[in-house]
Amino acid sequence: MSEKRAQCLTGKGVTKVFGLGDKKTVAVDHVDFDFREGEIISIVGESGSGKTTLSKMLLGLISVSEGEVMFQGKPRDISTNQKKKEYWKGIQAIFQDPFSSYNTFNKIDSVLLDCINMRGGKSLPYDQKFEMMREACSFVNLEFKELTNKYPFELSGGQMQRLMIARIFLLKPKILLADEPTSMIDACSRATILDMLLKLRDEINMTIIFITHDIGLAYYISDSVYIMEHGKFVEHGKAEDVILHPKATYTQRLINDVPKIYEEWDLSTV
Amino acid sequence: MGKVMLEVKNLKTKYVTRQREDVFAVDGVSLKIEEGKSLGVAGESGCGKSTLALSLIGYYFPPLHYISGDIIIDGKNISGMKPDEVRKKVLGTEVAYIPQAAMNALNPTQKIIRFIEDVIHVHDPKATKKDIYDKAKERFAVLGLPEEVLQKHAVELSGGMKQRTVIAISTILSPKVLIADEPSSALDVTSQKMVIKMMRELMEKGFIRSMIFITHELPLLYNVTDDIMVMYAGQIVERGTAREMVFDPLHPYTKGLMGSIIVPEEGVRENKLVAIPGTPPNLKHPPKGCRFADRCKYASPTCTAMEVPNLEVPSKESDANREYRCLMSVRKIREVYENE
Repeated sequence: MSEKRAQCLTGKGVTKVFGLGDKKTVAVDHVDFDFREGEIISIVGESGSGKTTLSKMLLGLISVSEGEVMFQGKPRDISTNQKKKEYWKGIQAIFQDPFSSYNTFNKIDSVLLDCINMRGGKSLPYDQKFEMMREACSFVNLEFKELTNKYPFELSGGQMQRLMIARIFLLKPKILLADEPTSMIDACSRATILDMLLKLRDEINMTIIFITHDIGLAYYISDSVYIMEHGKFVEHGKAEDVILHPKATYTQRLINDVPKIYEEWDLSTV
Repeated sequence: MGKVMLEVKNLKTKYVTRQREDVFAVDGVSLKIEEGKSLGVAGESGCGKSTLALSLIGYYFPPLHYISGDIIIDGKNISGMKPDEVRKKVLGTEVAYIPQAAMNALNPTQKIIRFIEDVIHVHDPKATKKDIYDKAKERFAVLGLPEEVLQKHAVELSGGMKQRTVIAISTILSPKVLIADEPSSALDVTSQKMVIKMMRELMEKGFIRSMIFITHELPLLYNVTDDIMVMYAGQIVERGTAREMVFDPLHPYTKGLMGSIIVPEEGVRENKLVAIPGTPPNLKHPPKGCRFADRCKYASPTCTAMEVPNLEVPSKESDANREYRCLMSVRKIREVYENE
């Protein structure tokens, strides 16, 4: 299925090295990837495996030490600030901690209003802008009327994270990079967030790169899965293949370590 | 039936805000744990799980206040005690507590052995350093922790190791009840498994005699504890054995929680996740009737009109009864769930 889809973000030999000489740390070590349009891709690994470093490189927040990232089949150019801004029209992110993602001094409508202005809607009449904001909020099951004139700290974690998704709905990037978006949220609100990500993919055909350490989540949401260990991809493929029939020992260990409900959880292996 | 280690009768505690408003965070909780048993507490953020833990160890510092109810640990009622008295007589020997961010609780300027000395000196001021070191060494060896850790500072240890060290320190006096508040939530799966294995060992070797395990990860509770209790808006809505709670939930809220389980196993992808709509009620003015009524799809007008009693039904799997707080009868509930 993925062969027919257009290339969205591909990388060859992408590497990130921190430090120099003896203190050199290779955080991401020559990884190749091929993310197709409209797919949900999960990158799974333990703490310290290089997931977040890779995501920062994909976003263009830190430089790539070696290798090349291609965006929509063309080499990505983020050499100047102007070009970076252009690139960020195509890729956006939601982060782990919704509490620190907002400017505390700005009201919530201004967060959404900014998104509309950024996408060339500056000269639209306010009624139309209001309608767009209302639509974005109803996309994530929030009531816009209840949110206007509120500050971010008045919302719960789940609501903040949903508002983040409303932002993404207005910005409509090609790629959404979600870095552990549900790890600070309890299990019940988690289902809502995941549903919204699936909705974004189905309705806007967005490519979603989902970074997580929870292999169960990755299995539930994604089409393809990349397993990362010590900065390298040890295994990748379709979610069913990788998670139900893992080949690499690391993947087997990760799956074995998750508490199960339909199978016996083997505690003797640690 | 075994000896009852912890019994809580109708415990009520509240937070007082700066505007002098009362927030009833734990509102009439009763529970019983027998020797050698563990109880899991589940529920969403803000349902009172952590407040229950603080209330059980008698940690009543403002803004948390005690209202009424009894906490009986192995026949000794600790509910009326002052926090200082609790610290000297109860904490450590009777009940131990592992806070939520336990791995950040270690003072970075002190060696691990100093914490153990502190804990033991509160209860036994005459203990010598050598005795304490020997005791700690022995306990660490049994739990599979390296002895070098005792002479290290917190910054030299990894996250999982810190967490296990904190658990070892807080159980060094072999408490009767251990209350663990999300002890493994911040760790990755492998470290989490090591922590769980260690807690199981503590139970098996008799270093702790009963345990309360608080988390929102239901698959974890299912694998770790004997019983599961689900809390909602400061009240217990259901209690039963782990297997019954996961595969045969009675209360609509428990049923909703079970719908949010994600595990990497076959068949999970096909079950669509069902989120519970709405938000929990404001505990400043808790509703009179069922607290879950406005989010419950089976709710009827009677649900909001009258207070819902805690019903007990016989359990298929254990001698103790199952409890649930809903107006529907067990037969009605099964019928409704089957017709979905």
